[in-house]
Amino acid sequence: MNPSTVFIALIGFSFLAFFVGRRKAVARQLASSGIKPHSLPGYHGGYVALWSVIPGLLLFTLWLIIKPVFIRAQVLANLPNEISVLPEGQLSLIYNDIRNLAEGNIVSSDPTVYVEAAAQQYINLTYISDLSLAVSVLVLVLVALAWSMRRVQPEMRARNKVEWAIQALLMCASTIAIFTTIGIFLSVLFESLRFFQRVPLFDFLFGLDWSPQTAIREDQVGSSGAFGAVPLFAGTLLISSIAMLVAVPVGLMSAIYLSEYASSKMRAIAKPLLEVLAGIPTVVYGYFAALTVAPLFRGMGENIGLTVSSESALGAGVVMGIMIIPFISSLSDDVLNAVPQALREGSFGLGATHSETIRLVLLPAALPGIVGGILLAVSRAIGETMIVVMAAGLAANLTINPFEAVTTVTVQIVTLLVGDQEFDSAKTLAAFALGLLLFLTTLILNIIALRVVRRYREQYE
Amino acid sequence: MSQSVPKTKTHVPDETENDLSIGESEHKTVGDYTAKEPIFQARNVNVYYADNHAIKDVSLDVGVNQVISLIGPSGCGKSTFIRCLNRMNDTIDSARITGEILLDGEDIYSREMDVVMLRARVGIVFQKPNPFPKSIFDNVAYGPRIHGLARNRAELDDIVQSSLERAGLWSEVKDRLTDPGTGLSGGQQQRLCIARTIAVGPEVILMDEPCSALDPIATARIEDLIDELKQNFAIVIVTHSMQQAARVSQRTAYFHLGYLAEVGDTNDIFTNPQHKLTEDYITGRFG
Repeated sequence: MNPSTVFIALIGFSFLAFFVGRRKAVARQLASSGIKPHSLPGYHGGYVALWSVIPGLLLFTLWLIIKPVFIRAQVLANLPNEISVLPEGQLSLIYNDIRNLAEGNIVSSDPTVYVEAAAQQYINLTYISDLSLAVSVLVLVLVALAWSMRRVQPEMRARNKVEWAIQALLMCASTIAIFTTIGIFLSVLFESLRFFQRVPLFDFLFGLDWSPQTAIREDQVGSSGAFGAVPLFAGTLLISSIAMLVAVPVGLMSAIYLSEYASSKMRAIAKPLLEVLAGIPTVVYGYFAALTVAPLFRGMGENIGLTVSSESALGAGVVMGIMIIPFISSLSDDVLNAVPQALREGSFGLGATHSETIRLVLLPAALPGIVGGILLAVSRAIGETMIVVMAAGLAANLTINPFEAVTTVTVQIVTLLVGDQEFDSAKTLAAFALGLLLFLTTLILNIIALRVVRRYREQYE
Repeated sequence: MSQSVPKTKTHVPDETENDLSIGESEHKTVGDYTAKEPIFQARNVNVYYADNHAIKDVSLDVGVNQVISLIGPSGCGKSTFIRCLNRMNDTIDSARITGEILLDGEDIYSREMDVVMLRARVGIVFQKPNPFPKSIFDNVAYGPRIHGLARNRAELDDIVQSSLERAGLWSEVKDRLTDPGTGLSGGQQQRLCIARTIAVGPEVILMDEPCSALDPIATARIEDLIDELKQNFAIVIVTHSMQQAARVSQRTAYFHLGYLAEVGDTNDIFTNPQHKLTEDYITGRFG
């Protein structure tokens, strides 16, 4: 019996258990008409469904984890001696062959006798384990069903138990995101540690040269590799600053206009339009930056006698800024709207004009929230990849001249990992180290931003 | 120059909760609505919020150096009327007003009237204390700063001190002027708002249920303060408490369903009401 069939059967069974449980609850209630039952019949049904299926599901999950490990150990143990002493890497290859043969996939070479024997054993073991899973889950589910059905009584607190189960489910859901974050962090961290075994941390953090080509052959010329991250972070900083210089004033002013001056009709049209900007895929912004904005800036530069690179930081930064405008404007708009109307009236009542009220009362009151929004936008700008991949260059120039080409951390990560790469060279591992540093930077920015936003929330209490 | 805020977050009095419909004959205001030395003269004022006719043909004077209190059941138009006097209703898009309101003989709804200057002359204190999230000093200095009333820091300090003194708050806050105004107690906050209003040097102070969010002790302090302030200002106060109206005001106006039912000396209104509705209201038959 296939494991997925077992799983589907379990889910189907839970529906069945629900109806059986509910029916019994209704029957019991009718029989004992004197007592007011604690829970509605539906809760009894839910209770039976949950409590009869959950043990089976747990067993199923456990089996999913143990089965491959167990079979692998068994199969490898029966291999001839000269094979089982091979190093772990080769052993894995052979085991893959065995599995592929057993499952009818393409095998790397003509199967040897011992591989065929092992494949047969693999098939047998899988069959036995699947069968035993099906049987044991069935038994467990039936026992659990009988037990939970026996507990369906009018005074049983089925509602509270179902409530508890729902709470546990919600808790699991919320921890998934947390564990994923931790998992991502750890995987990046371990790869980075391997990188730092080859390249000293200090050279990486403070090196001024970035040229990640390493020699593949001994006699290759000029590719010793230099992994100084400073030019990349300088480039990221330059482009993000240009983006914020565009996005903050424009976003803030549009938020002020929309929340304070615009008529409700104007708001109804302008706000969704502005939010459309946020819905444009970044790759489209990328075209726009590379094909329209960058040549435009180069042409304008030529007209006034400036040399503007066609992959200038300016082009990428400005387009990134435009992308971030709705982010800042919608956050600031929310924050401005949250300022109590009483403060506006208080200011008007003292004879302040509208712009005085905005400048002297609303903006100071909303400032922490706005700053929080800006910090969130900055961490978005730093992590933004697609626009800079398409519009910023690859040359790791250490410069603050916005007309020159610079490269960013995200661009380099993409270049290092795209295509066929060996996963143990310093070049590839450098991508993980960069990713780790970038992750830490945006993490810190986000933490600061969230703290600032939280402080703002306490302001009016 | 008009100001418009797009949102209508302001409380718009809803249709009256009690169905106390009144006959045609009772629309006429009983009593003398004029004042001897009027600073405000409202004549035949009507206010509409969209389709809701909130104020119906009200004529009323406000005299100098006296307190007039506006009483009446919820939704009767007291707050709406007070908000017409410094054009706070401009911030509500759907509000429309007809009739004439003269401040020292000048029509405040005319084109020539600068609403910013009007509000500097007619200050307002709201129901819920609304200090700005700034320091105590900056709260009081806000008005003088935007109107350029002080030429230097020393003058500003003087204005702030005297305003706080007149609002009876100076002794309590003089050592912590840099603390946030929002950190004060409710009663102190309301006196801070009064100080803030006084600092601009208005001629009239409008008070929209200034004590309804305060405890009895804080209320008593505000009432004492109103008594002192009337030496220098004309005061219009909206209140739900008839005892408060009786204690602080010289004239009382009773609003009913948007009409001004009766107006007169406070003593006469409370001891010898002429209008049936006034009598019902002050004897507690409704409201």
